[in-house]
Amino acid sequence: MSTAKVSASARHSGPPFLMALPALLLFALFALVPMAIVVYLSFTHWDGLGSPAWAGVDNWREALTSSVTRNALWLTAKLMVFSWAVQTPISLLLGVFVAGKQRYRALLAVLYFVPLLISTAAIAVIFKNLLDPNFGLGAALNLPILGQDWLGDPQLAFYAVVFVIAWQFVPFHTLLYQAGARQIPASLYEAASIDGAGRVKQFWHITLPQLRYTIVTSSTLMVVGSLTYFDLVFVLTGGGPGYSTRILPLDMYITGFQSNEMGLASAISVVLVLAGLVLSLALLRFSGFSRMRSQQAGM
Amino acid sequence: MSALSHAPITEPRPDVTPARSAAPAPGRLARLWRTNPLGALGGVLWLIVVLVPVYWVLVTSLRTREGFFDANPLALPTSPTLDNYRLVWDSGFTHYLLNSTLVTAGATLLTLVVSFLAAYAIVRGTSRALRWAFSVFLLGLAIPLQATIIPVYYLIAKAQMYDTLPAIVLPSAAFAIPLTVIILVNFLRDIPDELYESMRADGAGHWRMLLSLALPLSRPALITVTIYDALNVWNGFLFPLILTQSPDKRVLPLFVWSFQGEFTINVPAILAAVVLSTLPILVLYVLGRRQLIGGLTAGFGK
Repeated sequence: MSTAKVSASARHSGPPFLMALPALLLFALFALVPMAIVVYLSFTHWDGLGSPAWAGVDNWREALTSSVTRNALWLTAKLMVFSWAVQTPISLLLGVFVAGKQRYRALLAVLYFVPLLISTAAIAVIFKNLLDPNFGLGAALNLPILGQDWLGDPQLAFYAVVFVIAWQFVPFHTLLYQAGARQIPASLYEAASIDGAGRVKQFWHITLPQLRYTIVTSSTLMVVGSLTYFDLVFVLTGGGPGYSTRILPLDMYITGFQSNEMGLASAISVVLVLAGLVLSLALLRFSGFSRMRSQQAGM
Repeated sequence: MSALSHAPITEPRPDVTPARSAAPAPGRLARLWRTNPLGALGGVLWLIVVLVPVYWVLVTSLRTREGFFDANPLALPTSPTLDNYRLVWDSGFTHYLLNSTLVTAGATLLTLVVSFLAAYAIVRGTSRALRWAFSVFLLGLAIPLQATIIPVYYLIAKAQMYDTLPAIVLPSAAFAIPLTVIILVNFLRDIPDELYESMRADGAGHWRMLLSLALPLSRPALITVTIYDALNVWNGFLFPLILTQSPDKRVLPLFVWSFQGEFTINVPAILAAVVLSTLPILVLYVLGRRQLIGGLTAGFGK
C-alpha cells in the first residue's frame, strides 16, 4: 500500500474516488448491470439453460395481454392497499402505547418484537401449519373462525396473506412509531391538559400531527416493501390456490424458474422495477422526504 | 462527542424524556384499564395475537407425534420429548448452520469494508464524481431485489458460480451496500472538521484518518448496520433459492422450507426446525436487545 504517496497528495485534496470504487463496482455489477440485462432478456426467448434467442416484442405482447400477469398486478396493488390499511393503525396505536414510560409497557414491547426475530421462511412455515384446516390450531380447538380453510380457499387465502404479513411487519413499524412518539415534547401534552384537552383530543391534535414524518417514513417502507413480499407468499401459498395469491414477484418467479420462460419473466421484472421506481419517486415528491431529513438534522 | 448525538440508533436512550407525561402514573394493568380501557384492550389483544402462535410453536415442538393428534394444542405436552429436535439435528442442521454463518459473515464483512471506504470518501471528498456516487446509492435503495433475480442468476451461471456459497454472498452484499453507505454517511458527517484538521496538521493521510479517527468514532453506526445487514442476509431466502441447488449448500431458511416439504405432516418436527433455526437470533436478542432493536430499524426511525 502506497500510504506515503496518498497522504502527501491528501494534504491538499479530498480522499480519492478510488475509495468509493469497490462499493460502486460491486453494487453496479449485481444491481445496475442486471437492470440492463433484464431489459435485454425481456426481448428474448430463454429457458434458463441454453442461449437467449431474440424474440422481438413477443414477451411484452404476452405480458401486457396475459390475464395472469394482469391479475398479478391487481393483486399486488390490492395487497399494498390492504397491508397499509391494516398495519398503519395497529402499529401507530401500539407504538404510541408502548412509548409510555411505565415498566409494564416496556415489557409489552419486548414481547411485541418477538416476530422480528423469526425469519420470513420460518414465519410462513409456522402459519402454513397453524392455519391448516386438519392439523392446525383452529381444527383442534374447534374454533369456527380459525378452523376455516384459510390457505386452501381462493376467497380467503388473500386475507390470510394480509394477516401473516401484518403479524410479521407490525413489530417493525411499532418500533418506528414508538421512537417517533418518544420524541414528542412532553410540554405539548402538559399545555394541552392545562387547557382541559382529554386523551382522545390530545391524540388527534398533538400525537397524530407530531407523528406525521414517522407516518410518511413508515408508509413509504410499507408501500415500496409490498412489492417485495416474495418469500412469505411463496412458502405460505405458492401463489395459490389457483392464482388467488399470485402477486407480481411470484408471477415472475413461477414464469421464469418453474415454467422456464425467462424472457417473459424478465418483462414482468421490468414492470416490477418500474412500479418500484415510480412509487418511490412519487412518495418522495409527495412527502418531501428529503426536506424532512434536513429538518430533523437541524433539531 | 456531542456532535455525535444523532446516532442512527432508534431505541431511545433511557434518559430521553418520555412523551406521555399525561399518561397514568406507573401502575398495574388494572389502573390502566380504568383510565384507558381501549389502550389496554388493544395492547392485550395484540399480545395474544403475537404470543399464541409463538407458544403453540414451542409446545408443539415438544410433543410426540401421537401427542400432537390427541392433545389440546395449547395444553402443555403430557410427555414432553426432545425427539423432534434430535431429528432436526440429525438432518444436517449443523451443516446448514455453518453455511448460514459463513454466508452471513462473508456478506456482512464485505459490505462493511467497501461501504465504509465509500462513505468516508463521500463525506470527506469534494469531487463531482463522489457526489454522483452518492446519488447512485440513493437511487439504489429503490431497486427491488426480486426484480433482478433473473439477470443475477444469468450472471452467476455465466461466471460458473452457480450452486456455491459465494454466489449468495456477492449479490447479498451488493444489495446491502446502498443503505449501509447512506447510514454511515449520515453518521460520518457529524464528526467535526476540526478533528480531521488537527490530524492533518500532524501529517496524517486519508488512510490514517480513516483508521484512527473515523473508524473508532463510527462504532455505534457500525454496530447498527452490522446487525441490520447480518440479519437480512441470515434471513435471506430468495438468493439462496435461485442461486443454489444441492442440499449441502442450503442455508437455514432454505432448510426450514425444504424440511417442511419433506416432513409435511410431522408438524412437531417442522416446528422444532423453526425453533432451532431461530435460536441463534433469540440468543442475540437476549444478550443485546438494545443494539439488536437499533440495528433492526437501522436509522429509519431517525
